[in-house]
Amino acid sequence: MTLILKPNIPDPDGFYQDLTDTQRDLDEASASDMNARLVLILANHIGDRKILAEALALAAL
Amino acid sequence: MFSTYDAPVYPYVQSAEQATGQPARHKVVVIGAGPVGLTAALDLAARGVPVVVVDDNNTVSVGSRAVCYAKRPLEIWDRLGVADRMIAKGVEWKLGKVFFGDRQVYQFDLLPEGGHKCPAFINLQQYYLEDYMVEAAAKNPLIDIRWKHKLLSLRQEADHAMLTVETPDGVFVTEADWVIACDGANSDTRRMVGAEFTGQFFQDRFLIADIVMKADFPTERWFWFDPPFHRNQSALLHKQSDNVWRLDFQLGWDADPEVEKREENIIPRVKAMLPGVEFELEWASVYQFACRRIDQFRHGRVIFAGDAAHQVSPFGARGANTGVQDIDNLSWKLAAVLAGDADKALIDSYHDERAFAADDNILNSTRSTDFITPKNAASKRFRNAVLDLAERASFARPLVNSGRLSTPTPYVQSTLNTPDAGIWHSKMTPGTVCSDAPVMVAGQPGWFLRQIGKSFTLLDFGTQAEAVSVGGTTAKVLRVGEDLEDTERLLVKRYDAQPGTVYLIRPDQHVAARWRSFNPVEVQAALARALAKG
Ligand SMILES: Cc1cc2nc3c(=O)[nH]c(=O)nc-3n(C[C@H](O)[C@H](O)[C@H](O)COP(=O)(O)OP(=O)(O)OC[C@H]3O[C@@H](n4cnc5c(N)ncnc54)[C@H](O)[C@@H]3O)c2cc1C
Repeated sequence: MTLILKPNIPDPDGFYQDLTDTQRDLDEASASDMNARLVLILANHIGDRKILAEALALAAL
Repeated sequence: MFSTYDAPVYPYVQSAEQATGQPARHKVVVIGAGPVGLTAALDLAARGVPVVVVDDNNTVSVGSRAVCYAKRPLEIWDRLGVADRMIAKGVEWKLGKVFFGDRQVYQFDLLPEGGHKCPAFINLQQYYLEDYMVEAAAKNPLIDIRWKHKLLSLRQEADHAMLTVETPDGVFVTEADWVIACDGANSDTRRMVGAEFTGQFFQDRFLIADIVMKADFPTERWFWFDPPFHRNQSALLHKQSDNVWRLDFQLGWDADPEVEKREENIIPRVKAMLPGVEFELEWASVYQFACRRIDQFRHGRVIFAGDAAHQVSPFGARGANTGVQDIDNLSWKLAAVLAGDADKALIDSYHDERAFAADDNILNSTRSTDFITPKNAASKRFRNAVLDLAERASFARPLVNSGRLSTPTPYVQSTLNTPDAGIWHSKMTPGTVCSDAPVMVAGQPGWFLRQIGKSFTLLDFGTQAEAVSVGGTTAKVLRVGEDLEDTERLLVKRYDAQPGTVYLIRPDQHVAARWRSFNPVEVQAALARALAKG
């Protein structure tokens, strides 16, 4: 398995709205806290160190 | 301040060589009678090597420093005959609790694997450890501990070192074929040979206090992140022997050590942590922690071990634990070289194997330190996210790092190993420390590790193996079903044994090689390799 970089989320607009809606009423610090938790939850779901390393590299730009 | 322990005062005795002014040539002189130097003396003596130990002091470690000793050092001390007392006096805990802010986020039960003589670890004040080892050393005619002997300077010759030592009677010179420097993190010896000692100093300070509790308190380890009684810092509570408890308070970099050390400032901190608990303060100190390692573990005739060779932050309790394993690795090699059975290449494998282990320990304690004291706002955010999630989801709990239990670093890359051939379903790969197991010996219950460790061993799960020699070194056969009975079949399981399986085990109880059947030519080649003659 490698990191999926092709579109993989059904209903992209709906997902994006969910993502921003959960943070609509949050201040900067609370949103960042939530993002940190989200990263951990998703990272655990992926679980594969190689894929996580690819994702880290891509996110660091 | 001490109410639970009277530190012994060991007598200063003038040596014959100082009295006569005739320098003696010793095979081995150990500098420093801390946990590591004392272990060196006991281990070398167990291998028949006479040892002189010089220590600038005349008592045990003042104040309690190390607390937690893991299974492997206990097994080494068991080989040396001193572990039973430590385990009897020490405290075993099983339940750990992690708090974040004002709530407990989770607790864990250690549930150690059964079928090992030594527990996963014990908590015991460092002075007891040293005290017991000094007593054992005093009974050993091969060990000569010289108190109030301070190494002042050292000169290297081609095949020995000249040591200038100061005692209450003045200064004298003595000679040693080999010097083992166990003189701690601020090693004078290290400076004398001009070795580099580099790494990272953590920009933080910790108050370490030992208290005696008057009432019963559960035998558990409690770790707090950002508790209400000590905001934005961490704190730890840990039980030791004699109802003494170890408390750690992270203070931050701006704290003034002199101010924090004052009793009037410590008492309120303890009261806030343990409201309503009656206690007495035994000892306290303020530390800055560092992770550093020496460039080379051998400089000419001087070999470094313990804190003199590497320093780690105390998270994960690794300092003494790893230092004792340095000695486990070094002593049989030095004994072989002194007996003429191996040359210096074997001693250089000590650097290769133990520098590798030191780097692993430094990596582990740096990671713990970074979790406990995050280095920037982003790391702190992730740290807090882990703790918040740990309360709700088990996946986050393994990410919580308040110190990892010290486990031995397998020498996976060592050139002394003979790589595996064939398929094995066990963790006992070459370079790994042997797992213990209950066995029967001559009809009596015993332990596997007690049957090995004096010399090289050929552990034979068949009937074919015969003793194999290289030069003056012989690997003796230990036959399962004959020399010992694997009554619970844990040896077979832990070593993935089939009929005919043979393991070559080093004197430090590490696997050197293994085969599915005995072939004397292969075993001899592996033995030569394990002696750095390969
Ligand atoms: C707060 C704290 C908690 C710790 N907790 C743990 C733990 O839980 N588990 C663990 O494994 N480790 C722990 N450690 C680390 C542990 O205490 C050290 O790793 C250990 O003491 C190192 O032993 P050593 O023999 O190498 O050196 P030391 O114990 O420092 O002994 C060095 C000896 O050399 C002598 N000496 C120095 N210079 C000279 C000289 N010039 N001539 C002659 N003698 C000399 C000294 O007097 C001393 O006796 C902790 C440390 C601290 C500070």
